[in-house]
Order: sequence, then C-alpha cells, then structure tokens
Amino acid sequence: MNIVLNGETYKTDGPLTIGGLLFHLDIDRRRVAVEHNMNVIKKSNYDSTIVNSGDAIEVVNFIGGG
Amino acid sequence: MPENLLTIADKSFNSRLIVGSGKYLTNDLMVQALEASGAEMVTVAVRRVNLADRSTGSLLDYIDTSRYFLLPNTAGCYSANDAVRAARLGREAGLSNWVKLEVIGDEKTLFPDNEALVEATRILVKEGFVVLPYTNDDPITCRKLEDEGAAAVMPLGAPIGSGLGIQNPNNIQIIKAASNVPVIVDAGVGTASDAAIAMELGLDGVLMNTGIAGADNPVEMAEAMKLSVKAGRLAYLAGRIPRKMYATASSPIDGIVGS
Repeated sequence: MNIVLNGETYKTDGPLTIGGLLFHLDIDRRRVAVEHNMNVIKKSNYDSTIVNSGDAIEVVNFIGGG
Repeated sequence: MPENLLTIADKSFNSRLIVGSGKYLTNDLMVQALEASGAEMVTVAVRRVNLADRSTGSLLDYIDTSRYFLLPNTAGCYSANDAVRAARLGREAGLSNWVKLEVIGDEKTLFPDNEALVEATRILVKEGFVVLPYTNDDPITCRKLEDEGAAAVMPLGAPIGSGLGIQNPNNIQIIKAASNVPVIVDAGVGTASDAAIAMELGLDGVLMNTGIAGADNPVEMAEAMKLSVKAGRLAYLAGRIPRKMYATASSPIDGIVGS
C-alpha cells in the first residue's frame, strides 16, 4: 500500500501499526513524535493505531534550534 | 537567594540565560557551549526525521535531558494552526508541555504575526501548555498574550540573528513595567554588553542562539554571556546611579595640596 510519509509517497506492506512502521523504518520510538492524519499519536497508542493505505504520517524529532 | 531564581510557571531556574541549540558547526561544539553558558533551559526545533540520512543521530544523543530542560519551539511556522500542530508534536517528542511559541509573519524580518500569535497562545493555553511566546517589542501585544495566559512574554531585542542588540529599550521597559509574568528578551543579542543591557533594564532573562553559536569561538562567547547576564542582573539589583549632565568629584575637595 502507499502512504504519505513526511510529505512523500511511501510504499509499504500493510496494513500495519504506527509501532510497526517505526520498527520497519528503524526509528527509536522514544526519540520521535508521530502525527497520523493530522492527529498526534501518544506513544502508548503506537501499537494499537493502524496505518491504512493513503494515510498521512509525519515522524518528527528534535534538532538544533533557537 | 530566591530572588535570583528565574521562575516561570511552576519551574525555577538558577540561570537567567536561555540558549538555543541551532547553528553549531558540530554537536560536540554545541555541548561545550551549553556547558559554558551555565544555562539550564535549551530551545530545540521540531522537524521531520530525515528518512534518507539517519547517520547524524538524534539531538537527544547529545543533550543531557537530566541536566537541561528542553523548550521545543515552533520556529518556521507561519500560521496559528501550524504552530499549534508543531507544539503538540513537540510535547509528544519531549514529554513536557512547555513551548516557545513562534508564529512568523514575514520571511525577511522573521517578525512575529501578532494576531496569529495571540490566537495560537489562546488555543495552546486551553490545551494545558505552558506558553512562552516570541513577540514583537510591543506592549499591547504583550498584554494580550498575558491576558490569554502566556507564562512569560519574550519580546525581541532586534530581528532574529541580527546581533543588533536591544533596539528599543524604552518599549522593553514599558513591557516589563506592565507585565505580571516574566519578561525575557528573545533575539537580537550580538555580544555580551547587549545581554547585560537587557538585564540592567530589569528583565527576567535573555534567550539567545546566534549570538553564541555564530561567534568565532562559541564556547568563550557562551561564558561571556553567562557572566554578562549575571553582571547585568547584579547591576540592576544594586541600583545604578542617576545619569547627570555634569561631573561630581569622586575625591574629597577638602585638603587638596596647595589649596
């Protein structure tokens, strides 16, 4: 299925959970925040939130800033 | 001394200097500069994870969060909606409800969009955020921000990254006199004396990034800023002498040889 990941089309086997997607991307879930179709997902809900075809996902972290 | 603590909402800080973590050539240099600054609160930006290049690691691999309190910003947001979104993401990434709120109105000056800033403050305060808005040096906007529940107001001294110092000390003093929340100068500090002037005006703190990170030697400048913020605060508390047009002799006028 295709999703929109950080603004780009991304092909992945699905459906899967947010937690599964982060694992697939090799991203440490403790270091990021995730938005699913414009809603911020709490870390405790990563493994129960399903990503479906066409969904928009933003994965953000902290970088240097003023 | 308790009066020398910077207290914002329910937190107190020994240092009145808040520093940014951007623009450093390396993360190691940033870590050294943070250390030298003595700051306890550090601003960070919320950005998309670079999925193509994961080699740089996370900023959180470098900043010791048991030592520094992270203040996520909403830099780069041009609408209240985008700023609110960034603040919510920052809260989830950092697990604190504090945000340095920026809603930018113009790319060239990076001046805030007052109207959107007040609106975003209203929304985020209702959601339980501790909001520290970066604002114009406009007393009316600062009053509106405080009325909406901002935990501090952070007027700019000069445009972000300009290094021009405190351009409108009179407005800054009016803001301080009218505010019931801490007033922190955010942006414009170019060198140590600028920070000292901000503190001598009676402000509660100074936030800077480029002034340190952009210096030839950021670690030494960080220490200079630490000392100048302290010096300025002390001078403010000590109470300066009034300005006078003419001289007043420092030495006694009696007993001068030859008189």
